[in-house]
Amino acid sequence: MTPADIRDEILDILSEIAPDEDLSGLEDEKNFREQMELDSMDFLDIVMELRKRHRVQIPEDEYTNLASMASTVAYLEPKMREIVRA
Amino acid sequence: MIALDKTSQLPDEQRVVMTAVGLTAPNGNDLESFRASLLGGRSGVQDYEIRYVGKTLAGVCNFESTKYQSKKDIRRGTRAGGVGVWACNEAIARSGLEWDKLDRSRVGVYVGVTEHGNVETENEIHAIKAYDYDTQFWSHHHNPRTVANNPAGEIALNLGITGPHYTIGAACAAGNAGIIQGVQMLRLHECDVALAGGVSESIHTFGIFASFKSQGALAHNVDPSKASRPFDLDRNGIVVSEGACMYVLERLSDAKARSANILAEIVSYAINTDATDFVLPNPERQAECIELALKRGGLAADQIDIVSTHATGTSSGDSQECQALRRAFGENGRTRFNNTKSFIGHTMGAAGALELAGNIPAFQDRVCHATINVDRLDPECAIEGLVINEPQELSRVDYILNNSFGMLGINSVLIVRRF
Repeated sequence: MTPADIRDEILDILSEIAPDEDLSGLEDEKNFREQMELDSMDFLDIVMELRKRHRVQIPEDEYTNLASMASTVAYLEPKMREIVRA
Repeated sequence: MIALDKTSQLPDEQRVVMTAVGLTAPNGNDLESFRASLLGGRSGVQDYEIRYVGKTLAGVCNFESTKYQSKKDIRRGTRAGGVGVWACNEAIARSGLEWDKLDRSRVGVYVGVTEHGNVETENEIHAIKAYDYDTQFWSHHHNPRTVANNPAGEIALNLGITGPHYTIGAACAAGNAGIIQGVQMLRLHECDVALAGGVSESIHTFGIFASFKSQGALAHNVDPSKASRPFDLDRNGIVVSEGACMYVLERLSDAKARSANILAEIVSYAINTDATDFVLPNPERQAECIELALKRGGLAADQIDIVSTHATGTSSGDSQECQALRRAFGENGRTRFNNTKSFIGHTMGAAGALELAGNIPAFQDRVCHATINVDRLDPECAIEGLVINEPQELSRVDYILNNSFGMLGINSVLIVRRF
């Protein structure tokens, strides 16, 4: 997966776990929490979805990497580089 | 003038009245449409399919789920929470209470449930099957969804209620039990407003259907609207349904102070236990429960105008309830008997509250809705006063008695009075 693919995948996950949010104007550098309502259970949903969809494991002490779209994509890129987009 | 019962002689701060009701049933999403369906003979039972069991029948609610909940809250929560949130918001909207100004630490939420957690647990087990039952794929939402207080807690979260909230597990007597809990808490001044009743999400658990099927107690019929047929010789079991019915309860003194519209006064209740069998009912204990409720209310059996029966359409349960009714009411010439499950199936935890609600408009229109689908009345169920297939106009309706019984031998009876 390219960084662009990973971004699309995260957007898809976000649209599933936060179905009331309009994600069209999401700014990649800004924290998710500044732009949408996400609580700790939602972040666990992101972790779970990545595990279910791609078997990507995110250790608890690395959850802070999921703060913004940019940091999430940068963090996931080495873990998802070899994954072929379905 | 209504003949006096014991409760009407209590001070107003010990008397409890229903000032609004919100509901969703398989054939109506408010009291008006539900009542119209009951008077018009409209069933809410339809074809239904659920995993592992396959094609069956059920009563399904169809309401605007996003009216009071975000899509995210619906996704995160449970169906029991969702139907409860709907019913409570609808009840509050109709109550005339100034909700925004209300001290919500003085509101209590008391929700009857037959069961809770089966749906969510089955869903998770089904989901992790795809991962070879590896529990690292088990949802972190499982615990908040399955804690026994979930439906009441979701209601409290949704409405910003900071008073007490919990569920009352009482099998299929739960709807009555939720209301009774509300009455007791108001009398104890534990709250000033009680949201009380019952909910059910049971159509979303295959286990309920499969268990009734294994027991030989799951209804089947080529015509879904004919499947739920209490008292009929050709009855063959229960139609499982979902639903919710929540009342706004207040002390009479508070209701009067704000000139609230009063639907009914709760004048008596009783809960007892068979202590004889896991599943089979005991008509003696049922009769004792009815008689206890009458006695506590200072009422004679012939003062009751309408009895909303519990009968579910099982072969033994219906005739045993009729034995209890014969003992408690005899042939008094006044009391009429009907059944709501014949229209909507068995709404489980909501049944007691919902079946009472559909009868409450009789205080105004003086019509006893029927029990439908009685083509061949079972002689064992041929009680005098059973209103069959067509509604019956009565000269007066002052008291309604609501039966709700459940597994493990729990019996509940609630009596309400025209106000």
